[in-house]
Amino acid sequence: MEVKRDMSVELSGVKLDNPVIPASGCFGFGYGMAEFYDINILGSISFKGTTREARYGNPLPRVAECTSGMINAVGLQNPGIDAVIAEELPKMRAAFHKPIIANISGFSIDEYVECCRKIDKEEQVAIIELNVSCPNVHGGGMSFGTSAESVAEVVRAVKQVVTKPLYVKLTPNVTDIVSIAKAAEAAGADGICLINTMLGMRINTRTRKPVIANTMGGFSGAAVFPVAVRMVYQVAKACSIPVIGCGGVESASDVIEMMMAGASAVEVGAANLRNPYACKEIIEALPAEMERLGIEKLTDIIGIV
Amino acid sequence: MYKRDKYRVVSNQPLTAKTMLMVLEGDTQYITTAGQFVNIAVEGKFLRRPISVCDYDERSITLLYDVVGEGTAAMSRMEVGTELDLLTGLGNGFSESAECHRPALLGGGIGCAPLLNLAKKLLARGVKPVVILGFNGAGDVVAADMFESLGVETYVATVDGSVGTKGFVTDVIREKGLECDYFYACGPMPMLRALCGSLEWRGEVSLDERMACGFGVCMCCSVETKSGAKRICKEGPVFLKEDLIWK
Repeated sequence: MEVKRDMSVELSGVKLDNPVIPASGCFGFGYGMAEFYDINILGSISFKGTTREARYGNPLPRVAECTSGMINAVGLQNPGIDAVIAEELPKMRAAFHKPIIANISGFSIDEYVECCRKIDKEEQVAIIELNVSCPNVHGGGMSFGTSAESVAEVVRAVKQVVTKPLYVKLTPNVTDIVSIAKAAEAAGADGICLINTMLGMRINTRTRKPVIANTMGGFSGAAVFPVAVRMVYQVAKACSIPVIGCGGVESASDVIEMMMAGASAVEVGAANLRNPYACKEIIEALPAEMERLGIEKLTDIIGIV
Repeated sequence: MYKRDKYRVVSNQPLTAKTMLMVLEGDTQYITTAGQFVNIAVEGKFLRRPISVCDYDERSITLLYDVVGEGTAAMSRMEVGTELDLLTGLGNGFSESAECHRPALLGGGIGCAPLLNLAKKLLARGVKPVVILGFNGAGDVVAADMFESLGVETYVATVDGSVGTKGFVTDVIREKGLECDYFYACGPMPMLRALCGSLEWRGEVSLDERMACGFGVCMCCSVETKSGAKRICKEGPVFLKEDLIWK
């Protein structure tokens, strides 16, 4: 007799049919990807990082090939929160009929607060995901996410203006990820997402110049998966709020490994850029992988290690 | 629309020391316009390699590519019969029905590739283009014979003067006193910048840039245009001359 494999998961009361979520920046606002397949099979979608003002982003080139990964320095190109709400979300809603995750970036506390207050009112937005990897222009340009105090400060300020669950997407470019995650939790965060990209660099040895115009950028792809698993494991052990695992996930087996490390759901990023069907293929492969590993309910394995 | 599918290498030959000609067999239904590109998954490489479609028919795709890095070097070693994973039908190509009587097709180096199918499309609607191709030297000249075999007026310029007119494609236009009313161009950025700055004809150019996805979601190839930021892979690679901003 065939055993039913239950892939459903929950994030702060938000029920998802499965744990697979395209990561911010690797799926746009979803509707573009609907040209490849019916995106309603996805658990949710974390949309393109949005700021208060429209941003063009960094000069080109913005991308570099790496062994089992890539570096990007897009620079948060986005049309700004008002245009996202007025133009992108209606198109997203037409293509995707499930709860979405709003990825919000900011260069000041005020900017985070204003963007989150606006996006919180959008019915389809189920979770707000704060990208704290941006530089704090009022704090000497250091990334918000590299100090426990500034992460806590952003979370406290945003919590006062939102009603939806607030998740913080952490940068791995820190010495002690656990202290940052605990500070976010203590400040009222409802969940943690990790990891964002790792700071990296490539040099074109022929031109003797950096490959990307911004010199450095965010390294992601399969190569970062072990780092992501390790950080998810550490944070999930130390915190009692849910963790979304992200970083280098390419297969159903990776999803299960990430969940065993402590993730309640899993984001898939760079894999979408090489294979636009990556999330679809992962979701389709999950039941067989669960059967192979003797898993009836995915929620049974969260943090089992 | 896009198509991801398997394509079989039916030939893969060097034309010069750096330029290869690859013919692939498979479903081409999503390639609709000259100037579109395919994105090729190369084993061992994380990102796909975006390559302009040089020519296509119902069952085959012809690619002209320069070996510039590890990805294209790996492609150059692929044997007949190799199966490749391609995304096809990517990008917006040239306006094949732009209003013109005598367009100039201007190619710089490997930028000549997408102009071949365009020349065929123009000829099919009764428009005879003039083709001018620029290269560094005699050893780099490719595709001129392909254009000549279509029966179109074809000129070559080389920077070192070893073949054709010494200089750039603009020197050919000046030297031959060519009168055209439109141009389609593809080549290195300095060439496109010079063409857009010096030619009075209306026209359009195909841009090239490092890409990650090739289908519009990663924003790695955005250019600022007069009508806002545009993705070279999605709204482009072809842009109207008047839309581009040259800094």
